[in-house]
Amino acid sequence: MPPLLFYLFALITLGFGFLVVTGRNPVTCALALAASFVGLAALFLSLDAYFIGVIQILVYAGAVMVLFLFIIMLLDIKTEEGKKLNLSAIISGVLLAVLLTLQIIMVVGGTDLAGKSAQDTPLALADAAGKLGKAALPTITNDLKAGTLPDAKLIGFTLFDQYGFHLQVIGLLLLVGTIGVVVLSKRERSAP
Amino acid sequence: MITLGHYLVVSGMLFSLGLAGVIARRNIIIVYMCLEMMLSAANLALVGFSRFHLVNGLPDYTAQSLVFFTITVAAAEVAVGLAIIVALFRSKQSVDVESVTKLQG
Repeated sequence: MPPLLFYLFALITLGFGFLVVTGRNPVTCALALAASFVGLAALFLSLDAYFIGVIQILVYAGAVMVLFLFIIMLLDIKTEEGKKLNLSAIISGVLLAVLLTLQIIMVVGGTDLAGKSAQDTPLALADAAGKLGKAALPTITNDLKAGTLPDAKLIGFTLFDQYGFHLQVIGLLLLVGTIGVVVLSKRERSAP
Repeated sequence: MITLGHYLVVSGMLFSLGLAGVIARRNIIIVYMCLEMMLSAANLALVGFSRFHLVNGLPDYTAQSLVFFTITVAAAEVAVGLAIIVALFRSKQSVDVESVTKLQG
């Protein structure tokens, strides 16, 4: 990915993220968050993580944002605040964020691991086909030999080959979440 | 030349933005959006490490599986959290964090 595009998408991600934090109207914040997630998905694509990028758009910019907008409009939240700004909280929040950013920049600058670029670590697709050998499915090795990265297939293979149990636990979590939402949003019949 | 460090700094800045929002904002729904931003920032760091740590000439797909799980957990968390916010709004008629102070003692 050309550096210009990286900076553009990083700017989109961080700029709209800033708008989420500072926006007055909750609807503005929600739309800015969706835009920020689209920028983040582009960054994922630039890292050759196509599946994760698409999932990011589908789940975050799609499902989660629709849920947020639905709740904002259901509750009919006006642009409140503004009356009294919590000055101490704002100062401490900004201070903590600046400190954390500086600390991360220092730590990242201090390691030689962070100096790696995509040119230093090129993907070796044809090599990988040979190294995976019999362990991989034929469809994966065929794609690798053809010179394309079978991103979704490799993630699916990793998930079902190594993390089958974890996948089932996550499924159970979603079930528990669904039941929890139903229980929480049920109106109590008899108020004690 | 874009290095891993660039991605990690962007991820750190996004996380810090989310943290500032969680501390400074008073609207519960916006606090929640900032939490989502922090989760995605962690995802960006994970995917960055996955791309620059090659296994057999391919990205490290263990990290991307973890991102997959994180996104699933975040989706479940949003559903339950927003249901709690709706229940809270029903009892308090407000989404201000200052309106929930019963446990403050």
